[in-house]
This record gives sequence, C-alpha cells and structure tokens, in this order.
Amino acid sequence: MISAFFIFNQKGEVLISRLYRTDFKRSIADVFRIQVISSSDVRSPIITLGSTSFFHVRIGNLYVVAVTKNNANAALVFEFCYRFIAISKAYFGKIDEEAIKNNFVLVYELIDEICDFGYPQNSEIDTLKTYITTESVVSSIIATEESSKITEQATGATSWRRGDVKYKKNEAFVDVVETVNLNMSAKGTVLRADVDGHIQMRAYLSGTPECKFGLNDKLVIDQKDRGSIDAVELDDCRFHQCVRLHDFNASRTISFVPPDGEFELMRYRCTSKIKLPLRVIPTVHEVGTSQVQYTITIKTVFDNKLAATNVVLRIPTPLNTTTVDCKVAAGKAKYVPAENVVVWKVPRIQGGQECTLTATASLTSTTTRQVWARPPIDVDFQVLMLTASGLEVRFLKVFEKSNYHSVKWVRYLTKASGSYQIRF
Amino acid sequence: MTQPGQDARFFQRGKIEEFRAELQAAETKDKKFTKRRTALKKIVANITMGNDMSALFTDVVQCLGIPSLEIKKMVYLFLTSYGRSKPDQLHLVIPNFLQDCNDRNPLIRALAIRTMSYIPLPLVMDNLSENLRHCLKDRDPYVRKTAAICVAKLYAADPRRAEKAGFVELLRDLLLDSNATVVANAVAALSEIGDRQDGVIFKLSLPVANKLLTALGESSEWGQIYILDSLLRYVPEKNEDAEIMAERIIVQLQHANSAVVLTTIKILLYLMNYMGNRQLIDTCCKKMGPPLVALLSSGPEVQYVALRNILLIIQRRSSVLRNDVRVFFCKYNDPIYVKLAKLEIMYRLARSENASEVLAELQEYATEVDVDFVRKAVRSIGRLAIKVESAANNCIQVLLELIDNKVSYVVQEAIIVTRDIFRRYPGQYEGIIPKLCEHIDQLDEPEAKAAIIWIIGQFANRIDNADELVDDLLYTFLEESVEVQLALLTATVKLFLYKSKVDRTKELVHKVLKWATEEVDNPDLRDRGFMYWRLLAINPTVAGEIVLSEKPPITTDSDRMDRGALDQLLLHTGTLGSIYHKNPETFIRNATARALTDSPALNAHSRAVLIPVHRAPLPDQPISIPGPGPTEPAADLIGSTSEAPPQPQLETKTELPEPPEDEEGAKEDEGSANEDEDEAPAAGAPKDPYSNLDGAFGSYLADQPRPMGGNDDDILF
Repeated sequence: MISAFFIFNQKGEVLISRLYRTDFKRSIADVFRIQVISSSDVRSPIITLGSTSFFHVRIGNLYVVAVTKNNANAALVFEFCYRFIAISKAYFGKIDEEAIKNNFVLVYELIDEICDFGYPQNSEIDTLKTYITTESVVSSIIATEESSKITEQATGATSWRRGDVKYKKNEAFVDVVETVNLNMSAKGTVLRADVDGHIQMRAYLSGTPECKFGLNDKLVIDQKDRGSIDAVELDDCRFHQCVRLHDFNASRTISFVPPDGEFELMRYRCTSKIKLPLRVIPTVHEVGTSQVQYTITIKTVFDNKLAATNVVLRIPTPLNTTTVDCKVAAGKAKYVPAENVVVWKVPRIQGGQECTLTATASLTSTTTRQVWARPPIDVDFQVLMLTASGLEVRFLKVFEKSNYHSVKWVRYLTKASGSYQIRF
Repeated sequence: MTQPGQDARFFQRGKIEEFRAELQAAETKDKKFTKRRTALKKIVANITMGNDMSALFTDVVQCLGIPSLEIKKMVYLFLTSYGRSKPDQLHLVIPNFLQDCNDRNPLIRALAIRTMSYIPLPLVMDNLSENLRHCLKDRDPYVRKTAAICVAKLYAADPRRAEKAGFVELLRDLLLDSNATVVANAVAALSEIGDRQDGVIFKLSLPVANKLLTALGESSEWGQIYILDSLLRYVPEKNEDAEIMAERIIVQLQHANSAVVLTTIKILLYLMNYMGNRQLIDTCCKKMGPPLVALLSSGPEVQYVALRNILLIIQRRSSVLRNDVRVFFCKYNDPIYVKLAKLEIMYRLARSENASEVLAELQEYATEVDVDFVRKAVRSIGRLAIKVESAANNCIQVLLELIDNKVSYVVQEAIIVTRDIFRRYPGQYEGIIPKLCEHIDQLDEPEAKAAIIWIIGQFANRIDNADELVDDLLYTFLEESVEVQLALLTATVKLFLYKSKVDRTKELVHKVLKWATEEVDNPDLRDRGFMYWRLLAINPTVAGEIVLSEKPPITTDSDRMDRGALDQLLLHTGTLGSIYHKNPETFIRNATARALTDSPALNAHSRAVLIPVHRAPLPDQPISIPGPGPTEPAADLIGSTSEAPPQPQLETKTELPEPPEDEEGAKEDEGSANEDEDEAPAAGAPKDPYSNLDGAFGSYLADQPRPMGGNDDDILF
C-alpha cells in the first residue's frame, strides 16, 4: 500500500509530505525530484527504482505523488490521487500551490483521514465536510452525540449522505454532458467516432430521498444484439457508488439515494449511430516548397434552432511558416507562431449553416527537407440541448417519506475539447 | 464552501530557538490560543520543508493540554513525525494518549489509537495494547475500523507481540462484524499480515468468502477493493462455487472506480480457471470488454494502467476486445506512454480482417514527431507483415515509402524489420534489395547495420556487386561493435561460399578470418572465426551445405507469453507487476509470489501449465523492531526468492486426459483456433526452432516499461 504521499510544486519544493510507513525517510522526496521533476524526459507516470515505485499525477503546476514499496495496486493509487485532487477542489475551490500552502494544516488533516497506514478510507466529500473543517472552533466542540452520527455515516452503507438534510424548495438538476471523440482520416472516412457521456446531478433534496432514473437506453453487451430501433445503444455504463448495481443488473433500473449536492451519477460510452454535430472539410495544398494553401469549411449538422458556440479550430502549419494570410467569413483567425497553428475562433454558428476559412501560409526555405508530419486539425465546440448519441432522460422520480413535491430540471450539452480531430 | 485559508505565509524557514521562544511567550495572554496555533503552524510548515524540528519536542508536547482539536491534531502530526526519534521523552505524552483513548467522543478515541500506532516503540505499544483490545470491540464502528488498521501497524512493528496478544484472532472476529467498513479494513489488515513471509497465513473458506461478499454491497469503493482482492485467498473446490461467485461479483464491473473494475476483472480471471460452464466463461469475457474500454476515458495515468493490463488479458483470453481494435488507435495528443502501450495492443489485435485499417494507422504514426513512437510504429509495420500473411505485401509497400522519406531513424528501423520479413517469407521479396542497399551509407546504428549486412550475405548470390558492398563495409571492421563484426564475419563467409570462384571473395574471407581470430578479443567472434576457418579448410562443399542450408521461416509465436506464465501474472492484474509484466517477487523485495492453487475444480489445462510458487523458508534470524531507516533483509533470502521456479516437465503433457472437445471452439477461424481459452496447446507447435529463442524477437520489446536499478536501491535511501 501507499507508503508516502507528497505534493511538489514545479520547482520541486515539497508542499506536503506525509510518511504513512516507516520504510522511508523524508529524503525519498529528493529521489523523486531528481528522477521526475528535474528530468526533461519523463515517459511514464510510474517510475520504479529497485523496490520503490513513484506514482505521479500532474495537475497544473503541481505533482501529486504517492510512493510505495510493495506490489501496489496501481489503479487504486492513481484513483486515490485523483480523489485527493477532487477533494481539494471541493474544499478550496481549486488546486494549485497557493491553495495547498494556504490550507496546509487542513490538507494534513484530510490526508490523515482519507488514508490510514496507506489504505484509502472513506473519502466522500460530503461526509468529510461534516467533521473536517477550516473553522477550528466548530471542530473542537463537536458534541459526542453529533460525533456518533458522523462516525455512523462515515462507515455506514450510505456513507455519502447525511440524514438531516433540509431544503425549503426541493430541486434536482440533471446535466447530460457528452464529449465527442472523432478521428477522421484524410480521405474523410470516420476512423473512430464515439461519445464519452456523463450525467452530472445536483440534488437539493430533503431527508433521504429514493430516486429512480430512466433513460432511452439499451445496454448492448453482445455486438450481435445490435440493430433495434429507437433506443440508444450504450456500450457500457458505470455508476456512482450510490447506485444499486444489483438492481441495475436485474431490472435495468437506476435507483439510488443521492449524495447531497453535486455528484457524477453515471458515465457511459456510446459508439453506434453517433450524430457528428460538426463536419469539417479541409483542402490543403502544398504549393512547391514555399506555400501551403488552406480552404477549411465547417458545417453544422443539427436543428437550426440550436447553435454551436465557442467553436475553435486549430489548424496546423508547417514548422518553417513565416506568415499566414487568413480570410474568414465569420469569427476571427490568427496565426500563432509559438504553436505552429492558425487559431480560428467562431463565437456562434446556428444549426444547418456553414462557414469557410481560406488561408495561405508562406514558408521559408530550409536546408533539411524533413517531411511535414501534418498533425490533425483539432476542433473544440459546445452545443446546448443536443446529445450526439441521441440519449434522453425519460424520467426522474423522487420518493421520500414526507412525500414532498420536487422540481427537476434537465439540460443537455454536447462538446468537444481536444478530441475532435480531422486529418488532412 | 469554507473560508479560504491564509497560511501560505508560514512557509518560511525558521530557527528552533525562535519557535521555542514564540511558544513560551504564547503561554500567557493567548486568547483562543491563536498565538500557539500560529507557532505550531509554522513548525508544521518547517517539518514539511524538511527542517528538523525534533528539538522542540518538549515544547510542542506542552500544547497537548489545550482544549482545541486543531492544536491536538498538529501536535499528533508532530508526534508521528518525531516520536520514533525521541524514545526517552515519549513518556511525557502517554498520559494524554491514555486519556484520549477513553474519551467519550469516538473521533477522539480513534485519533488517539491511530496516532499511537504510528509510533512503533515498545513504550507506546505497551500502552496501546490494552486500549486497542477495547477499541476492537468498541461500540462505535468508526473506532473499530480504525483499530483494525492499527493491528496491521502493530504487526508490522512487532509481529510476535501482536500474535501473542491475540490480535490476529480479534481481527478474524471482525470479519463477521455487522458494519461493512469494519469488515473491509479487517480484510485489508489480515491480507497485509498474510502477505508477509513470516505472517499468519490468511485463507478464506467458502462461508467466510460469502460473508465478505454480503458486505461488498455496503462497502465504500476502497473497501470493495480490499474485499474483492482477498477473494484470491479463496480456492473453489467445485466448479459451481466458482461460477456462483463470479455471477455475484460481475456487477461490480459497472463501478465508477477503475480500481474496483480492475480488481473485479482480476478475480473473474482467477475464478475462470476453476469454472466448468463454458457459456458462463464466454459471458464473463464478453462483459469484461466494455468496462476495459471505458477505462480509456479516465485520466491518462489510469489509461496507462488499463492498457498494460489489457495487453496481458488479450493474450490469455483472446475473445476479449477481439473486435475493438479501433478504440486503441492513438489520439494525436495522447501522452507518449499511452501511445506506446496502445501500439502494442493494436499489433496484438491485428488479424487479416482488420490489417489494412491497422496498417493505415501505423503509417500515419510513422510520420509523427516523437522518435520512440515513430520507431515503434515502423517496427509494428514489420511485425504486422510477419504476423498476417495477407497484409505482407502492403506492409512492404508502406515500408518502402517510408524509406524514401530518408529520415535516418525511420530508414534504420525499416531495414531491421525488412530483414525479418525476408526470414519469414523466403524467396518472395528479395526484389527490393537494391532499394535497401541505396541507403547503406545512412546506417549508423549497429542493429540496422547488422541487418543490412545479414541481407547482403544471405542473398549474396543474387546481388551482383555483393563483393564490392562487403569490401566497403569491411573497411571499418575493427572499429565496429561486436554485433556488426559477427554479422560481417558470417556475411563474408556466405559470400565466399556463393562465389568461391571470384578471387576477391577469397581475399576478403581470408582477411576477415584473420582479423576475427587474431585481432579481436571477443571470445564469441574468435570462436566463430575459428569454426568457419576449419569448416572451410576441411571441406568447403560441406561447409557450404552447413552454412547455406535452408532455415525454417520465423514466426511470431515466440513473442507471446506462455499460458502458465500468463495465468500467474494475471493474478497480479492492476498492480505494478501487471504494468511491467513481471512477477512482483522478481523485482520487489519481499513481494508475495502468487500461483493458482490446485483443487478438484481447477481446469485440467490450467493445471498442466501451472507454475507453482515455493514459499521461501523463514529466515533463521530473530525478528527485531525496525528502528529508523530501512531494515535490510538477509541476503540469502533474496537469492532464494528470485530463483526461477522449476518448469513443468514436458512429458506430463502427453499423459493428460483430453478435454471435452468444444464444437464452437473447433469452428472458430484460424486467428483464435490455437489460442482459444481452454483448448490443449496446439500439438507439436514448437516445430520452429526459433520459437523459443528470446533473441528472435526480443529486441522488439526493448522499449517495454521496466523497473530501473537492481539490488543497490537501498543505498539511495
């Protein structure tokens, strides 16, 4: 299990150092600094030296590091690092050097609570917040009775929820967010198109509500079963630990007692019948060795009542580009020499429309005739009220013993960021 | 959200005396203890920065009297950092500890035993023992779950004391606790104890395993991992037992936590060895695929862990992810470690049906920027040609195009794989040799050079100017690396045997043999030189028959791990061993070796290839309490654990009862027929004399991730 936990800044200074076991001295931190932070070429998130392994996750300018001296469960170690990052964000609003330094005593308290002798323990943010707080006054006078309530919750079957939640207005917000991954070949064939979806829920519901959730889905395990009509075929789904997996397995109902506040209810993946919201048609010609001509057209392929917003195309240019002359009908396009790309930003494109960029890149002559690798064009965008998979929320029912009325809201968002790639 | 802290200002190096003065000054007029809190924060910040604050021990301990939980936690943190180094002053804090152990607040009770157990000194342990016994039976589950882990800490510090005090039995009792979190922590503690070479063995019977499974549903995600993991300690006696258990845990594949998913997969793979129902095994394989793919949308680190495991799983269970090669296509912005791992999987999943798709991707990658990635992509093209005969033509075409780009490392890599393509398909592609020879001058890496030299020698009869080429290459013979020298020696001899009539070849062979036997120190080169010389001297015709005899074509069989080794490695799914594809006991000191345990339910083939583990005999030395710093295990212990396990005898295979022939399995296409799960290993498979040679394909795996350093690691720390 985890023997030591560290947080480093970019300079390699230790911001947090907690040795859970006696098999290391603090100087082990120096080894990580030398092997990873000072090294220009880190090619793995895990480095093993002798029996010692360093697991690191980079987040902004920080390194979150766990060190082990046994055959550790690597997935568990990384999940723990991710969880720590999530907890920090929930507690401090962000995770960076400033946030960690400003709250280092609290961070120590947290990592002692969520990990004992290297074994991750209850790390539900909602529960942690009831007894690990910045206001020391509160924690010092926690009544014994209240503590018992806390401990029961921290170890109980619904460790993610307090029993005593109360709201004047009972509301639940459901956000279905889909990230489209596209890989299109230069010939325009789709090499890979799939959707990573997640359903984010914000539950502001009193008491211990029992929720039932329904989608127009159909989970396909066997490829041969495919081909039915309107239902969206999900390749896979994964649930927050509040969802009763046995119920889902037996009757396909998603039933759960939600944590209070925001959480990710479910993740899913869909690979069939993906409706690509944006088509990009690139024509790129290398004219001799001194020029490259671009004509890039984007088409929005969805209902004209909807719109794609924050559309950003990143169009690669050869390394020896000097200037790029761009003409666009909509938005703004600019050559960014440091990254060797033309960035074309269009704030809004209504459905069923298209716009085009034409550009000419001038090249300097070079001595080495290295072939241009032609990295793919990358497109980022967002479309509200659309799901690329066609997934819809059919119902969300809330049952609670006091039988209150609750209001539910559903939103849909399809987006791409760094994963919608068109080769040319 | 809570109010943001403002403590960054405390991150300043300070002196012991200053802090001491500050703490003393704060003893008066310290309303709400703000001053002492500030001083303690400065001290904790200095501990973090690596400043030794242990000299402040007595001063800090004074603060324990203050009724503030925040201060108490800081003092406890100080104690966990320095308690071990101050055995003579620890008695000062014992009364506080004891008081807290009996506090009415369960959080305080738990905090006290948790902190005490972090200080593994006899004085603390003596005082802890009695309280820990109470805490293991505390009415509050939070205290019990903390106490369970405390036993593991106590055991790590002093195993014999923990056993004498009966803590292991108390832990066993907790396995039946009504609270799932307590059960999970007890399992974690018992597992750790059981994994020690001198620890109490932890095995699960069917009733206990079933009891643990009941707790599974109510456990936290981490608890689920501990419980699932422990199921490896249960050995099914009947096929049905394994099958029922698999059905119970299979829903966990839908969990959001990747470690739960991978641990579930580990157990499913384990149980499959004990299952009889072929249909259920197929279902398990089918259900495993989608969750594995889903892991690829996690963070890159988890993706990496997943990919390395997928690579193992698909070698053992070929129906998993069989049709999913596309999800492993690389994204341009994937981190390099993810890309390299994906590439390996793409190669494994390539079949004649998808070969053109895979080849198109590989071609794309071969023009990217990262040198390692490009090289591996080029190599994969070559391996694809060797693996899938129908794709060979297109692969050669792509390789030639790549060579035309004249990027040095691409050319070198392409030449190396082309040599192997020649060895796989003798007599089919020699027409491209002239094209390869155009690039001889560009080659500066020994492996590439040796490859082209091999090609020239092997086909010297079909290359008109072979003698010229060899002559040129021999020019630098004495400066070349041994690898190239060996290749040159053999190539020259072959050239001579093909064209013994030409005077120049005689000269060349004489020159080389003289160099190899007189000027070079390398024993292999000398031996080979003498061998050729004598062969040629005694009977050149026979020498020709021997050296130029037809060699069987190579295959890709050898780069697949054998099933027994895979079965063993898959017991480490999700762990470091699965990242490096090595059994942990071979690279981690004191790591626990695992092997399938024989039982009446064990599948006949799994049994046939079973590699047993020998538990190293206990060292004859007294167990001592580790003081500060690492303890050095006895040297002989390392020697005995790292010894290779004995291989199962080959003859036993023939005596095995034939498995019931499965109709479906027989009908499956060639891609999987011989790698199918529980079929017998294809009869007479190792006809290829190269198939067991590491060298034939070893170099393809040269960029595998591997642990660094050897036995000298502890010098570092």
